[in-house]
Amino acid sequence: MASDDIWILGIRMTKFGKHPDLDTVDLAAEAALGALADGGVTMADIGVVAAGNLMGGAGGIGQQLQKQIGQTGVPVYNVQNACATGATALRTAIMAIKAGECDMGLAVGVEKLAGAGLLGGGGRPKGDKEVYEPRGRYGAVATTDGRIGTDTMPGVFAQVGMEYGHRYGGTSFELFAKISEKNHSHSTLNPLAAYTKAMSLEQIMGDMMIAYPNTRPMCSANCDGAAAAVVVSGAKLKTLSLEQQRRAVKVSASVLTTDPWQEACQVLPDVNTLTRNAATQAYEQAGVGPEDLDLVELHDCFATAELVHYDNLMLCEEGGAVDFFESGAPWRDGAKPVNVSGGLQSKGHPISATGIANIWEVCHHLRGEAGDRQIDGATVGLAHVIGLGSACGVHILEKSAA
Amino acid sequence: MAAQVPLVEYLVLGDDPHLEANECTSCQARFFDRRNACASCSGTEFKRVDIPTEGELRSFSIVAFAAPGVPVPFVAGIVDCDGTSVRGNVINTEPDPEHVSLGMKVRLATYVVGTDDDGTEAIGFGFEPA
Repeated sequence: MASDDIWILGIRMTKFGKHPDLDTVDLAAEAALGALADGGVTMADIGVVAAGNLMGGAGGIGQQLQKQIGQTGVPVYNVQNACATGATALRTAIMAIKAGECDMGLAVGVEKLAGAGLLGGGGRPKGDKEVYEPRGRYGAVATTDGRIGTDTMPGVFAQVGMEYGHRYGGTSFELFAKISEKNHSHSTLNPLAAYTKAMSLEQIMGDMMIAYPNTRPMCSANCDGAAAAVVVSGAKLKTLSLEQQRRAVKVSASVLTTDPWQEACQVLPDVNTLTRNAATQAYEQAGVGPEDLDLVELHDCFATAELVHYDNLMLCEEGGAVDFFESGAPWRDGAKPVNVSGGLQSKGHPISATGIANIWEVCHHLRGEAGDRQIDGATVGLAHVIGLGSACGVHILEKSAA
Repeated sequence: MAAQVPLVEYLVLGDDPHLEANECTSCQARFFDRRNACASCSGTEFKRVDIPTEGELRSFSIVAFAAPGVPVPFVAGIVDCDGTSVRGNVINTEPDPEHVSLGMKVRLATYVVGTDDDGTEAIGFGFEPA
């Protein structure tokens, strides 16, 4: 291990699902203490904390967490970057280590989202008397959600998938439902997933329509959960035990991008260009290509989103995502397993935890600790998240050579 | 006739209702909202340009579940108006996959969104099958 490498020393996610008796700090503490224990270290070893939470309101989750598990006086960064919050927290800790400010950091992401319902939409509060007056950047006199397109995530990402279909052809309601069928099937092997039930194509297509072509099981599952990771420099890792070195997972690439200007990105967030840019940078940083990946955890916030990211992450040739899926490649016994955890649709999507949870999944396969859903012989994996609008995190992880 | 105001400032009412964009004078990027600078080239000079009222439906979703107060189902769409992307509902047609299809030709249409307590009508826009 080179001294300037970055490694994941310990990592943990909580069970995703409903946790009515636990608050955000409880969940964050469970993940953080779990990650520390997994890495064989304590808060006294940690030189920086980066923590993410979106829906918990004011009050830094990082400091709240410290008060529960160890007020050591180290710098704390509270980060928010939509659904890329967890990946951003991890990257913040990595940057502090790369900058030489410390040699070990803790990243945490936590969200209480069970029963949150639809995200993204929102009306305007009604006053006593309604008089039309232009307000805001568009000079709107009334609510525009539902009148000028949709602000809800299922509708936005439905359009993302449909746009791909218009450009390249081959998509259908059934095709998108089949992607969901895959992920729900995968989740049956994941005891930490929010839902662990396989669903038939008929069940998925016949369920409640949220935003065509996404029915309810094709949408990410709102739930509670947290995930945390301890990251360490290569120099520091060399001083730790051989067992710690053996279980450490190399962060071969850590990339964060935003949406560059494109015609149309103002009216429909462009989740494609920034993902393609992040993937390109990540493959270059890691010195590996998509052909080297043994598994991929990508941001299937909706079935329609998973399709476009096959293409954006270059798992297939440009425009070839439908053929890639139809070939069976992304099933867990296929050539390029995608979302063997069950993905956001079935494992669940506690927003700020997701970025680290995707990395948790990949790490466990690289360590050979993924239990029943182990992808045999996995040595390289990729974790991807998207946050609107718009941030993209891509991490490439490699099994330790030790 | 009741007084009328557009739902959004970029909708121009009158005999020939149409949309207007702020176009960056240096790189021609177009924006429907008030701009501080151009997101594409950071230029600060803009001119108003008319957007063609006919276009092609590039993407859509039939939204069946929305925030309280939003009537469903409705068809959210992205329309390519001769190179300018416009967000707008597909209206004056059945909101189902048999009546709405990718690539269909559409044209701008206006309708009354509502009336305020002073009797002023808000006029919105959508795209109907051409």
